[in-house]
Amino acid sequence: MGRRIGVQTVEIQSKPRIIATYNIVGPKEGQGPLKKYFDRILEDDLNGTTSFEKAETSLLYTAVTESIKKARLKETDINYLLAGDLLNQLISSSFAARDLNIPFLGLYGACSTMAESLSVGSMIMEGGMANYVVAATSSHFSAAERQYRLPLEMGSQRAPTAQWTVTGSGAMVLGKKGDFPYVTHVTTGKVKDYGITDVNNMGVAMAPAAVDTIKQHFIDTGRKPSDYDIIATGDLGMIGRKFTEELLLEYKYDMKGHYIDCGEQIFDAEKQGTNAGGSGCGCSAVVATGYLLKNMLKGKFKRILLVSTGALLSPTSSLQGETIPGIAHAVCIEFGGE
Amino acid sequence: MKVEEKTIRKKFDNLNSNKIPKPNLLLHCFNAFWVGGAICVIGQFISDFFSKIGVPSDQLGSYVSIVMVFLGAILTGIGIYDKLGDFAGAGSVVPITGFANSIVSPAMEFKKEGFVFGVAAKMFTIAGPVLVYGIGSSVIVGILYYFLRW
Amino acid sequence: MNNYIMAFIVGGAICVIGQILMDTTKLTPARILVVFVTGGVILGALNIYDVVIKYGKAGGSIPLPGFGYSLAKSVMKEVDEVGLIGAFTGGIKGTAGGITAAIFFGYIMALIFNPKSKG
Repeated sequence: MGRRIGVQTVEIQSKPRIIATYNIVGPKEGQGPLKKYFDRILEDDLNGTTSFEKAETSLLYTAVTESIKKARLKETDINYLLAGDLLNQLISSSFAARDLNIPFLGLYGACSTMAESLSVGSMIMEGGMANYVVAATSSHFSAAERQYRLPLEMGSQRAPTAQWTVTGSGAMVLGKKGDFPYVTHVTTGKVKDYGITDVNNMGVAMAPAAVDTIKQHFIDTGRKPSDYDIIATGDLGMIGRKFTEELLLEYKYDMKGHYIDCGEQIFDAEKQGTNAGGSGCGCSAVVATGYLLKNMLKGKFKRILLVSTGALLSPTSSLQGETIPGIAHAVCIEFGGE
Repeated sequence: MKVEEKTIRKKFDNLNSNKIPKPNLLLHCFNAFWVGGAICVIGQFISDFFSKIGVPSDQLGSYVSIVMVFLGAILTGIGIYDKLGDFAGAGSVVPITGFANSIVSPAMEFKKEGFVFGVAAKMFTIAGPVLVYGIGSSVIVGILYYFLRW
Repeated sequence: MNNYIMAFIVGGAICVIGQILMDTTKLTPARILVVFVTGGVILGALNIYDVVIKYGKAGGSIPLPGFGYSLAKSVMKEVDEVGLIGAFTGGIKGTAGGITAAIFFGYIMALIFNPKSKG
């Protein structure tokens, strides 16, 4: 049975396995530096549908169904689907779930949803309440731009701190047995807001939450950065990542050599014009199910900490002059090193 | 090892004031200048053309506006204006072609939500404030002018 | 030829002012358009923008302050001709061509074209 350690961490003693994963990305992501880690790369980001929202739904549906197939299971074997996205009222997830025969719990963590759904899924497994759980999330550049920012055809310049929402979806199937990477710890983050109002500076806005969750994870577990092969934040981008490194030094945690940011890694900023890097729920989802877990299976990483980060604002809150609160959830995954 | 959160907050504010990359102002101004200037030259050319074919001078402004709006609209429709905007910044936003772009781009974007509440309603998300404040301030000018007659 | 050079310089300069505002302040493009149009109305009403139009020609009328200038001049002309009601009818009357074209062509373009995939 799981036990609480420290302030915000739960030790997951039953070690639920990530028995299968699947990710699917848009054309731009498929041209980036991590392209060989993606299961499917779309040629057209509408994916044959008639709207970007419907396209995102189809991405999530594909990721979930393919990951279940990979696990050699059927939809009816899955006890819970935990999924979320960036769109109002979670329509991508809800409409994907509409076509799936799985009990559904929708989650909103903005871009932290991958770690959030993996956290909750692991805790459900730990409680003995499921045999199989699917944790999934998605985002779509065009759908997010329509909702949060400006129309696509509008001529406007992107700030150097701006990030590019990833078009992509990732799904993980959790099971009880098998020789697969497994979840050992879950650290749930608190909302942190250090007063950033600039919606083009999300990475920096989320950095305090990442710092807080990471530092608390280390304190609760008694570990330090060098105990991990990789600590990966979700989408702080290049500038947010640098801020996080600097701030963690204040806590005497030196992240050098053990720390990457998924948003910074998924695009080649120079060639692809993505400024500070990628963002979106799909960002940490496709990098985790791709680069991180596939390298884990190859033996390259034995212990990783996935720290997906989210900015909990809405267009309305910004217009009302509110600052941007952030949140970060950490999940420790191990494989092969005992 | 106790570290106060306010220390972290202070360091964060410090980093935020100093370590945020700034846009390349000189390059942006240069591109804004020559693209904006070029668009105005096109407007001048169109004005001279209409003048030559006999359009009376008090209607010239309307003719030029309509043609420039059409140009901005069609360049938005075929997907070029946003690329121009990324390159030229204010050079594409400030001319009246930019106004057209701000109307056409949401109109195209929200077609998925239908022609009444999508296209027709969303057309004014960006341009609406321009019209409200422009027309509104002209009313104030008119009222003041009536009484003060300068 | 001189007209073209002046249009280029004056128009370009007004855009540079906009660019500086965009890059150094928190003003978004939409807010800058509002500032420019309202500025044009005020400067047009005070007969200050007239010199920009006189020397810059299209360089003064094409940028958005030029739209504001049109609004101001039209409303003042209308008040001269028909009195106080002109304050309400003059502005739109003078800029009707541009506004109507924007609405009409906006709709047509939305009918014909779809937004392109980005990236």
